[in-house]
Amino acid sequence: MASGVKPRVKVPKTAAAGETITIKTLISHKMESGQRKDDDGNIIPRSIINRFTAEFNGQNVIDVTLEPAISTNPYFQFEAVVPETGEFKFTWYDDDGSVYEESKKISVS
Amino acid sequence: MRATLWITAAAIGLAGAATAQDSNSLSIDGEAMITEVAAPDHLENIDTIYSGWRFRSPETQALEVDDFDNPAFVFVEQAEDLWEQVDGSAEKSCASCHESVEEFAGLRAQLPRVENGELVTLEDLINRSRVEHMGAEPWKWSGGQMTAMTALIGVQSRGMPVEVAIDGDAAPFWEKGKDLYYTRVGQLDMACSNCHEDNYGVMIRADHLSQGQVNGFPTYRLKNAKLNSIHGRFKGCMKNIRATPFKEGGDEFKALELYIASRGQGLSVETPSVRN
Repeated sequence: MASGVKPRVKVPKTAAAGETITIKTLISHKMESGQRKDDDGNIIPRSIINRFTAEFNGQNVIDVTLEPAISTNPYFQFEAVVPETGEFKFTWYDDDGSVYEESKKISVS
Repeated sequence: MRATLWITAAAIGLAGAATAQDSNSLSIDGEAMITEVAAPDHLENIDTIYSGWRFRSPETQALEVDDFDNPAFVFVEQAEDLWEQVDGSAEKSCASCHESVEEFAGLRAQLPRVENGELVTLEDLINRSRVEHMGAEPWKWSGGQMTAMTALIGVQSRGMPVEVAIDGDAAPFWEKGKDLYYTRVGQLDMACSNCHEDNYGVMIRADHLSQGQVNGFPTYRLKNAKLNSIHGRFKGCMKNIRATPFKEGGDEFKALELYIASRGQGLSVETPSVRN
């Protein structure tokens, strides 16, 4: 069970129609690889975010598969074209079954 | 864009030995920071003081420009949760007594300072509150909770110039710190000044020596992906010169912290900064 998991997202509040905007996301997560051992020599079980997706008004924008070699607090920055006013929905899927969600509205003028 | 960055990085790498620092100016979320200022009067061998930010590569520098990109803010947000968290026999949290963390604006710039004949740092103040008012266990000096909290309190003073008192009550501590700064120790027989005063701006193997300013602490270091306390950093320096480090939170490091803070009088508080 991962503790202290907290998503952060930065999306501009406004944009022009058809403009390409930059989106930054970060989730604080320890990303335990499953390859390390504790002091007694037992393997520390793997616990990572294994998938990240972003949707805009229900349409998929990006879908990422994360592997154990990715460092702690995974950060994604990507670009998206916004045709209309709407809402970005970001979802992170944890190995332990937890799903973390965050939404950001953007208005297009 | 990427190509430009590479070229800039290469140019700095080549010029490293000749140029002391770059000429970039730092502004964080639109607020301008002072990273270069005339040295305080007590400094005899340096004319201008520079924030450590000026000695870092463009990629590292960029991380500090936007709070979202600054990895230290993960810890600042953790401290916001700690602020509300009840702990200890008095069943209080920081928020029980302090209305808002914003009331500490300016505090980081004045520390360490002398209170009732003792030199106190931000860590001392936090632990004093925890023990005396909350009835809680003191935090470890460089532990995750402590560095997160010093970052949260420190960031309230961001942009304010460092202004520590070095006269009056503080004078004996300052003198002691100055002695330590110029005393050679360890197997390599080096003093702080040998690197950070005589040779700042020079490459020490793969690293660019800064003036060793502490205006950005606690600082997020890329090498260990966490916040590092001032005393933790002193300890690292002492290990590098193969000396036996003083104790974190001990009188020696506190005096040294006061002296080094006074070497940065006038630089903006950059807490939490990002370094190698």
